[in-house]
Amino acid sequence: MSETKKSSDGKNGPAASSKPGATRREFLNEVATGALGIAGLGSMVVTYRFLSPNVLFEPPTTFRAGSPDLYPLNSVTYLQDQQVYIVRTDQGFYAVSAVCTHLGCITQWKPEFEQIWCPCHGSKFRLDGTKIEGPAPRPLPHFSISLTADGELQVDKLEVLPLGQVLKV
Amino acid sequence: MATPFSLQGALEQLRTTRVWRSIFRRGPARTNRTRSLAVFGNLFLHFLPVKVREKSLRVRASYYLGSISFFLFLALVISGVLLMFYYHPAAPQAYRDMKDLRFVVSNGVFLRNLHRLAAQLMVLLVFWHMFHVFYRGGYKPPHEFNWVVGVFLLIVTLFLSYTGYLLPWDQLAFWAITVGTNIISAMPVIGKKVRFVSLGGNLVGENALLRFYVLHCVVLPLIAILLIAVHFWRVQKDGGLTVRESDGGQGK
Repeated sequence: MSETKKSSDGKNGPAASSKPGATRREFLNEVATGALGIAGLGSMVVTYRFLSPNVLFEPPTTFRAGSPDLYPLNSVTYLQDQQVYIVRTDQGFYAVSAVCTHLGCITQWKPEFEQIWCPCHGSKFRLDGTKIEGPAPRPLPHFSISLTADGELQVDKLEVLPLGQVLKV
Repeated sequence: MATPFSLQGALEQLRTTRVWRSIFRRGPARTNRTRSLAVFGNLFLHFLPVKVREKSLRVRASYYLGSISFFLFLALVISGVLLMFYYHPAAPQAYRDMKDLRFVVSNGVFLRNLHRLAAQLMVLLVFWHMFHVFYRGGYKPPHEFNWVVGVFLLIVTLFLSYTGYLLPWDQLAFWAITVGTNIISAMPVIGKKVRFVSLGGNLVGENALLRFYVLHCVVLPLIAILLIAVHFWRVQKDGGLTVRESDGGQGK
């Protein structure tokens, strides 16, 4: 690209063609600078790739929550290891995340108010995860809940369901 | 018979040795010229001013806020290196090491508290230094470049404080970093990726602890040392501190 620029300069004015040495030096300088720039950019990309782990030893996002009989009708059960509320109503089961959508604190179910409260910055949610007040930007998500072949509840925390979808058992 | 031993004589004798003369080449600093040469020829002194105005040494000129911040940084480097001899950046060993430093290691609780309190004091003093410089107009030309270096030093100080927060690996550390990195992920477009790379995963775990440890003990201190050197050198190049008539002392 720089070569064509230089040759067009040569056509327009005699100054460039009378100093071919300077043109070659400029051309080589541009090539070298460009090569260094590409190498620098490339090393930034590979460093970023290096710093992003490919294998993670994190807890699985799918878990079994036991038999449906463990959960009484109209009950809220907090599973501490999974940070999920299992709610059983007349309609069926649903699983609500206990992680506040504001900054990731763990919320608490307050049975006396029938609300979910976040201790960090005061967000309050209804039992279906919708927000009552506070800084939380989104409602608490509902996770996919299903029955396994041997009749146990299974929750997938990567799959978010729309509000109102329940598992009938 | 040998003359009786005297300290003065021994020092004079030492000054004539080849080793001494190879280190201190300028001779004794007895005149203004040799004093200046001693500063110019020393790696650790050459970015400090050779002469300062008496006014800029008055307490009210700076309250020594920058100097105290620097000495706190030195104390933090020394106590931090000592703490590193007992600390493994791994879960759950990190928490046990922190407990050992408090209850088992001789003087461990002193060093740990020294590191912690000096860190908090340094954040406080760096802010105070910034406000002091700002309200005196110390950011105005020719000091504007040094003001920007100072802003970067403030950011490095805050990042040092924040990365050190995770290292005790207790509940406070875990939730502080959980909340803090969720604030990072609120950045548009790149937020989630920056959080993933800085934690080395999706949640605060072993990778995050190791990353914060390396940042806290290697990367950020190196950046801080570099910026502090530039900061001091610029003070000299820009003609010293900003002094005012109201700072007291003889006007010079």
